[in-house]
Formats: sequence, C-alpha cells, structure tokens
Amino acid sequence: MSFVSGFYAFLFYFALVILIAGLVNKLIQYARAPAPLKIPTTPAPTTSGGVVLRMVREVVFFESLFRGNKWIWIFGWIFHFGLLLVTLRHLRYLIDPVWLPIEFIQPFGIYGGMAMVVGLVGLWARRVLVDRVRYITSPSDHLILLLLILIGLSGLSMTYVVHTDIIAVKNFFIGLYSFQVNPLPEDPLLLVHLSLVAALTIIFPYSKLLHAPGLFFSPSRNQVDNPREKRHVAPWAERLEQE
Amino acid sequence: MAKADFEVPVLQPYAEIPPVRTGTMSHSKPYVAKEDFQKPLGFPGELVDDWQDKAIDKMGDLLTRYRSLRVYLDSCVKCGSCTDKCHYYLGTKDPNNMPVGRQDLMRKVYRRYFTLAGRFFPKLVGASDFTREVLDEWYSYFHQCSQCRRCSVFCPYGIDTAEISMAAREIMDSIGVGQKYCNEIIGKVYKIGNNLGLPGPALEDTLEGLEEDVFDETGVKVRYPIDEEGAEILLVTPSADFFAEPHVDGLIGYGKVLHEAGVSWTLSTHASEAANFGMFIGSYDNMRRLARRIREAAIQLGVKRIVFGECGHAWRVAYSFLNTLAGPWDFLDPRYPVPQHICEFTHDLIERGKLQFDKSENDEMVLTYHDSCNVARASRMGDRPGGQFDIPRAIIRATCNNFYEMEEETIRDRTFCCGGGGGLLTDDLMELRVKGAMPRVQALNNVMKEKGVTHMAMICAICKSQFTKVIPYYGMEMEQVVSLHQLVSNAIVLTPQEQDEEDGELSHEAA
Repeated sequence: MSFVSGFYAFLFYFALVILIAGLVNKLIQYARAPAPLKIPTTPAPTTSGGVVLRMVREVVFFESLFRGNKWIWIFGWIFHFGLLLVTLRHLRYLIDPVWLPIEFIQPFGIYGGMAMVVGLVGLWARRVLVDRVRYITSPSDHLILLLLILIGLSGLSMTYVVHTDIIAVKNFFIGLYSFQVNPLPEDPLLLVHLSLVAALTIIFPYSKLLHAPGLFFSPSRNQVDNPREKRHVAPWAERLEQE
Repeated sequence: MAKADFEVPVLQPYAEIPPVRTGTMSHSKPYVAKEDFQKPLGFPGELVDDWQDKAIDKMGDLLTRYRSLRVYLDSCVKCGSCTDKCHYYLGTKDPNNMPVGRQDLMRKVYRRYFTLAGRFFPKLVGASDFTREVLDEWYSYFHQCSQCRRCSVFCPYGIDTAEISMAAREIMDSIGVGQKYCNEIIGKVYKIGNNLGLPGPALEDTLEGLEEDVFDETGVKVRYPIDEEGAEILLVTPSADFFAEPHVDGLIGYGKVLHEAGVSWTLSTHASEAANFGMFIGSYDNMRRLARRIREAAIQLGVKRIVFGECGHAWRVAYSFLNTLAGPWDFLDPRYPVPQHICEFTHDLIERGKLQFDKSENDEMVLTYHDSCNVARASRMGDRPGGQFDIPRAIIRATCNNFYEMEEETIRDRTFCCGGGGGLLTDDLMELRVKGAMPRVQALNNVMKEKGVTHMAMICAICKSQFTKVIPYYGMEMEQVVSLHQLVSNAIVLTPQEQDEEDGELSHEAA
C-alpha cells in the first residue's frame, strides 16, 4: 500500500464519519426543536398529501425561487440538476455491478458536469455584479463556489484532457467497503479532485450546505394549514396548560 | 400634502429596484420602554448587568424551542432572491432592510456562539460578537421589520424573517430592552381590556351612539350590544373599530350584517381587543395571556360562536394560533369553525342569498382592494387555500359596481405591507412608515391613474390607521381609505322589523 492510497483511504473514512456525525447531530437538533405554532406561508395545502406535493415542487422545481428571481432560479436549477446527474454518473464507481439506470445515465452525467459549472459561474457572476448580492456575500460564499467549480473542472478535465485509470479508482473505492486499501492511481488531477470532494463532504454539516436538509424541516413549507380543525400544541407549551 | 422632515419617495409608473445605500436608516429607533411598561409583561425594567450572557442564553433557549429559528439561521445560502422583496428596502435602500441583511444581524451572532465555523473562523463566515453596537443595530433594524412574511414567499427554503425579528425582540425584552409602543399597549390590555385603553363605560357610550346614528340614517333599529350574556356570537374586534375612521364604519357594517342574519350577538369589555401585540414581540407567554382573555369572555358570556372583526395580525393569531393558545373550543357550537372571520360570516350569508344589496350606493367610489399581509400570507378564510383572497373580493363584487385590481405582483400572496404592521404603527417611526408604504402606494397610484380608482378597501385596523396617516405624504386624501364592511354597510338593504316602531328592547327577545 502506497502512502498516497493510505492517505486517501483515511481521508474518505474521516470525511464520511464527519459528514454522518455532523448531519445526524443537526437532524436531531432540527427534529427535537418543536414548531410551537402553525406558521405555513399561505396559501398552504390543507392536507398532508398537499404538503408532500408542495415539498416536491420546491425540491424538484425550486418553485419559490422561480417566483422570486428568474436569474437565480435558472443558474441555481442548472447547477443542482447538473450536480444530480454527475452524482448519479459517479455511482458507477461506488457500486458493483452497476445498475442499469446508472449505466443509461452515463453520457448525461458528462453534460451534467458542464451544466454544473455553467450554473456555478452564473451564480458567481451575480455575487460580483449585483450590488445587493455582493453586499450579503461572505468570504465563505466565494470559497464554496470556488470549491464546487474546481471539483467540476478537475472532473471534466479527466474526461477531456488527462484520463486516469478508472478501473483502479473503482477498485480503490469498492475496496474501502471491506477495509481493503487497493492502489489509487497517483494522477495529480484525480488527487486534486478527490481532495476537494472530501473537503466538500467535511464542510457539509457545518456550512450553508445545510440548506438541503433544512428545507425539509422548514415550518413555513412543511406544515399543513389546518389550525382551526386540529389543535397543535408543542410539548413545552403543554406545560403551560397545566398551570 | 403632509409635511415631512425627510425625503418622501417619488412614485414611479414602474417598480424599480433601488441601488444599495448603506446606513440610510441606521438612525431610526423607536422609543425604549421604561420600567413601568416592562414589568407588567414580566421583563426586566432596564438593561441588565450581564446582558451579553443573558442574551446568548436566551438565544440558546429559543433555538431549542423554535425549530423555525434554528433551521432558518442555518439554511440561508445568500442566493439573493429576497433582497428586493421587502417594502422597507424598496423604500429606504438600506441593505439591512433586505430580508437577508436583517436576518444576518442575528445570524452573525448565532454563528459566533452556536456554530463551529463561527467559533473558529468568524471572519470567514461573517460571524460577530454580541457587542453593544450589534445590540443597537438589532434594536434599530428589528424594529424596521413589519413581520409581513413577503420574503418567505420567495425564499427557496421558506425562511421567514418575521420569525427572526420576533425572536430578536424576545431576546431584547429578556435583557430589558423593550419597545415602548408595543409593551405599553400590551399592558393596557391587561389593565383595561384593549389597546386604546377604552374603559367599559366609554365603549357602551360609543355603541349607544352608533345605534342612534344607524337608526337616524336608516330608520331601522340595529343593535350594537356589549356584555350580553347568552348571546349566540361573541364578536371580537380591534379596539380602533370603536373610534377611529374609517374603522368605525366597518363596525357599523358588521352590526348591520349580524342584524340581517337575525342572530343574537355581543361584544365584550373583557375581550374588547382582537389585536394581539404579544405576537409582534415574539412572546409566546404574553400572546397566550392576551388570547386567553377571549376564552374567558366566551365562557363568561356563554356564547356559542366567536367571530373576529377586520384586523390583519389579529386574524393571524385568531386563525392560526387561537386554538393552540386558548383552545380547545369544545364548549362552542361544533358546526362552525372557531373562530370565524366576519368576512366568512358575511360571505356565507351572501352565498345563501340572505343579504340584499343596492350596489349603486357605492357608485361614487371606484375601488381597489389591499390584501393585508397577515391575512394573505399567514391565514386563510373559508375551506380552500386562497379563500383569504377570494372571499373579500367576492364581498366587494357583491356590494360595488366599480372594482379594479392593482398590479398582479402587488396583490394576493405577493401583496405589499402597508408599512405600519408588526408593532411599528407609532409616530416615532414616521419616516420608516412613510418610506415603507411606498411600494403599495405606488401600485395604488398607478391604478388610480390607469383605471380611475378613487378608494382602497381593506380589512385590517393597522393598515387603515397607517394609510390614513401616510398617504397624505404622497398627496392623496385620507378619505380614500375604506373598510370593507363600510362598503357592505353602504349597500346593504336592511329589513325593517315590526318592532322598529315599538320598543326596541322587545326585538332582542324575539331574536
């Protein structure tokens, strides 16, 4: 086992542990804090089925963002949809045998990679060009964009510029399931790409990337509009009732 | 035109997004509550010694009690969708009045004390200690949010700045920095029963006067009863309805509708206030204490139903929170929702053909309708989503011949706040109120020019008070502001009852 393979094996175990621990901690925080009052942004669905539909529209189409700003919506949606395709494409390095839908998606994954970068560049341009967005931008917002763009570019480069030994990469990751460290190709582009992905995994639960689980917990989106029909009392508020 | 010692925005034919101008409203601060106004609400009288620690503790406490706060502080990605949605930003250009800018005033403190990134890399993520300067910023800008929720409509995660400004005010109250306007008013409800501090005899006097006026005008004896035990319906209405213009014309209208419905009803001195300023200051305890007065009145008077008058945030508390705060309502008639909005009540009678209108009575007016923020984005009417938009409009169409909508992006759930909601309806915030009203007044101005609209109807006491005060700054007349039930009152054809010629007292027995 080379030092590089060992280091990257450790890095990915470490990143995964941080991701899971951080995310579980956050999900517990969100789940344990009650929403003491009914605060859906109305008009809101009056049934749980309706709420599921509302959430699907938010998650898949970014409905509220569409109403809010068409530029952010188009760049944001292109980026996220691209990221989804890229992620699905990459599943072939993580599962064996590869499922048929994942095989089917392979070529689209490459377009996804391009879309991702285009979307990110658009979002970054807004951060620089629109004075209101520039005002609310912190250094970390630039860094996350930089990180994601570098991930996209380094990945695309391996498709179009310098190939790596993809079979060996797959062997490396499949080996990690059984705590075997198989040799990882020591191509600089691949190592940069993997380091950045590990970094993204690590910062996920400690950054604004929490918007992903956050959306599902947002009371203004996930509550049923039925306060007159159904009494809604948080556990800490119930104690007031006893007084 | 009213005189201003600040620059009144110029109305444009099209909405424009202004460029950022830092600090234009940093001088705006409402009066701080003195000890006398803090104590009755259970808050310290002045800034406590270890206020920094206390504030951070309080924030930690709220983070475990309100999921909204925790999720909203974590989730923002600074996309910018909300940045041009707040009427206070559009009217003042101050970036701290962009919803995300306002949230960030709290988010930077949250990140510093409650997140790893903020603890170790504060500069990187824009985290900051809770210093005196930050507290001053909080006091200024969390009293420049009317909690109208327009930002939450356009946020991809539904982040509602109202939740954050409520939490900020609760934290500030807990360290002794309260806002005089809200806290004094809440104290008045505890002491006297309503926001305006009108004692029972004054209310009785007013209502008697109304009965006489309506009789003189229509020849029909419409009653405006208060504290009548055994009545079917308890009407809870904002206390401004008893005195202010055009509010009182709405109250006259409710009375006429209830008269035509042939149902017995009563107001209550104990619950002579629909408004609930406990919501504005984010205090669950005070909001609950205020709401429970309505329960107490309902039990004491033995009513079977509760109906709310025209008031925006009151309807939010009534529709969305009353069951939580003061329920269960198992002692009331289960055939009706608790509570009902007076618009639901009136609309139902219209649907069933129980009300006759002479629409021509409103012909000297060309109307538009202002959706009040709390009704539009935090409540419902009827049994379908969006009933809060359709029912008031159906009432206008049933009672008026001339009605035009304002621009599509400024109505329904995209409506602009009047600029005076959320506990900001006070003279010490006049500049903010005038500037914040700009987007709505601009849309009104455009529909006046294009369609010849003369009057704007609405169903919120704060909107009515705010507009009558601020539209003169834009060269309009305060008389252009009308209550929705004022239109009903004008057009309704009252049924003369036999008892009208006899002793009025008998009519109640018969009903």
